[in-house]
Amino acid sequence: MSQKVQMQNNKYKPESMISLEDVTIRYGKYEAVRNIYFDIPKDRVTALIGPSGCGKSTVLRAINRMNDLINGCSITGRIVFNGVDLYAKEVDPVEVRRKIGMVFQQPNPFPKSIYENIAFGARINGFTGDMDELVESSLRSAAVWDECKDKLKESGCSLSGGQQQRLCIARTIAIEPEVILMDEPCSALDPISTLKIEETIHELKKHFTIVIVTHNMQQALRVSDMTAFFNAEQLDNGSGGKVGYLVEFNKTDMIFNSPTEKATKDYVSGKFG
Amino acid sequence: MVIIFGIYCLVMTVPNGKESQFLLRSRPPSEKLIDVGFKNLAIATASMVAIVLLSIVAIVFAGALESMGKYGLHFLFTSNWNPVTNEYGAFTAIYGTILTSLASLCIAIPLGVGTAIFITENFIPQIFKNIIGIFIELLAAIPSVVLGLWAIFVMEPFLRPILNSLNHYMGWIPLFSTGASGPGVAPAILILSIMILPIITSIARDSLNQIPSRLREAAYGVGATRWHTIFNVLLPAAVSGIAGGVLLALGRAMGETMAVTMIIGNSTNFNISLLAPGNTIASMIANQFGEADGSQVSSLMYAAFVLMSLSLLVNIIAQWLVKRLSLKY
Repeated sequence: MSQKVQMQNNKYKPESMISLEDVTIRYGKYEAVRNIYFDIPKDRVTALIGPSGCGKSTVLRAINRMNDLINGCSITGRIVFNGVDLYAKEVDPVEVRRKIGMVFQQPNPFPKSIYENIAFGARINGFTGDMDELVESSLRSAAVWDECKDKLKESGCSLSGGQQQRLCIARTIAIEPEVILMDEPCSALDPISTLKIEETIHELKKHFTIVIVTHNMQQALRVSDMTAFFNAEQLDNGSGGKVGYLVEFNKTDMIFNSPTEKATKDYVSGKFG
Repeated sequence: MVIIFGIYCLVMTVPNGKESQFLLRSRPPSEKLIDVGFKNLAIATASMVAIVLLSIVAIVFAGALESMGKYGLHFLFTSNWNPVTNEYGAFTAIYGTILTSLASLCIAIPLGVGTAIFITENFIPQIFKNIIGIFIELLAAIPSVVLGLWAIFVMEPFLRPILNSLNHYMGWIPLFSTGASGPGVAPAILILSIMILPIITSIARDSLNQIPSRLREAAYGVGATRWHTIFNVLLPAAVSGIAGGVLLALGRAMGETMAVTMIIGNSTNFNISLLAPGNTIASMIANQFGEADGSQVSSLMYAAFVLMSLSLLVNIIAQWLVKRLSLKY
């Protein structure tokens, strides 16, 4: 009862897993997102929503240092994970990615067998247990075991798009990261595959902290506990470029039912975006 | 023609009752004629390739028949090449061709693929990658006779002390069993490596560039290091393209004539040592065709036929390898 009251008072705060503190990301000279602050809670699903070009994927990719692969991308501010600034000099991006896994927008299985797709990452991470068991349990967690169990030797690319994406989720689960980042994981998929992946996400949040970027507001509503709404504004330097910023971050039902910002209200009610 | 076309268009527009603004709803017969003509022209030029190729093979084979009848397969395994006594065996040249091309591949593959990796991964800023890329393409533009000259006057004198010390310290290995006294197989191998390096590098670079970036992201996303990504994901994904480049390079190395002739020494006596003068099929043909007659011409034709068969064999093996190795993504 007391917990319920606390939640209603909006004071209940789950343990924070990742904190973004004044994060600004630039591509070359141009700012992509500006002054982002928010805390990603542990063992919850946090959704990042907003119109195209507002930098939500950029923020997501910054969390596991995927932006390091892009030439000219730089970041200021701090992203603190388990008390460590991920962009501190002594932090190895490879180790960051072993703790913070990622599922991409386009399904991208390795051109290897289904078994090898799972085993590859596990082996890299020095897995010492029973590989067969790991492959099975990961595929089961990602709800793709039944489709794959008879063709583990076949190429991962022989699966359908939805199955490939769930294979990619299985591959990420297999390395047991603390956080799973998902960058519009369903945007290339049909509604049925999308539904299956959402069910998978519901299962996964029992054990993993999940951050998901989505264009689909219904999806955010269905799967997430917390929602961050990003928007973009025209830059005033006349370049015509846009810079993204965080408008509002709150519990998902608050964002969708009683947002405090007008922009949020307009977006979730479908007036723009 | 124009008048007919005009009437034709007029006729076509009348049934609609209103004047159409699109005159080409149905295509004029002249245009269809051009289509048919172009198709036949394309067939003719395409079959030209096959005709030329087959007639080359046929003529070389016909020229070699006399020598084939005389020496048979014996020709391939004897190294006695004597126009005075009319005894011919091409083993020295065949051995030289295979040895120089394979050895130059052994040098050029790691160098070329390594360079390709270096200029496709983000080790250095884009501008330096472009500069290195341009230099590699310039290397391909150097005429082989110029490379041959450079090999004779600069590279070989520079290398001679090094090759001699190889003989001195490792002479017990048959490949280094003679001293180096000038042109020889080893400098030929090196000059061949330089010549095929740009082919391997640029094709490997192109095939590495063609790998979708999502594959790279997938590898980094599961926590792979850069080396792991390169050797376990990128290279396997690009292997069919790289193998294609290697194949092309091997073809070039086996058939390369000018630079090799200038530096290999053109000895018809068989010697297993890399430091001694040797011969390749291509350089032997180039050297002897001018003053050859009778059964020597036929024997050279036979050697040419062997060279063509070797190339064909290499192609078939490589195609099969590429099919086995290539990954679908």
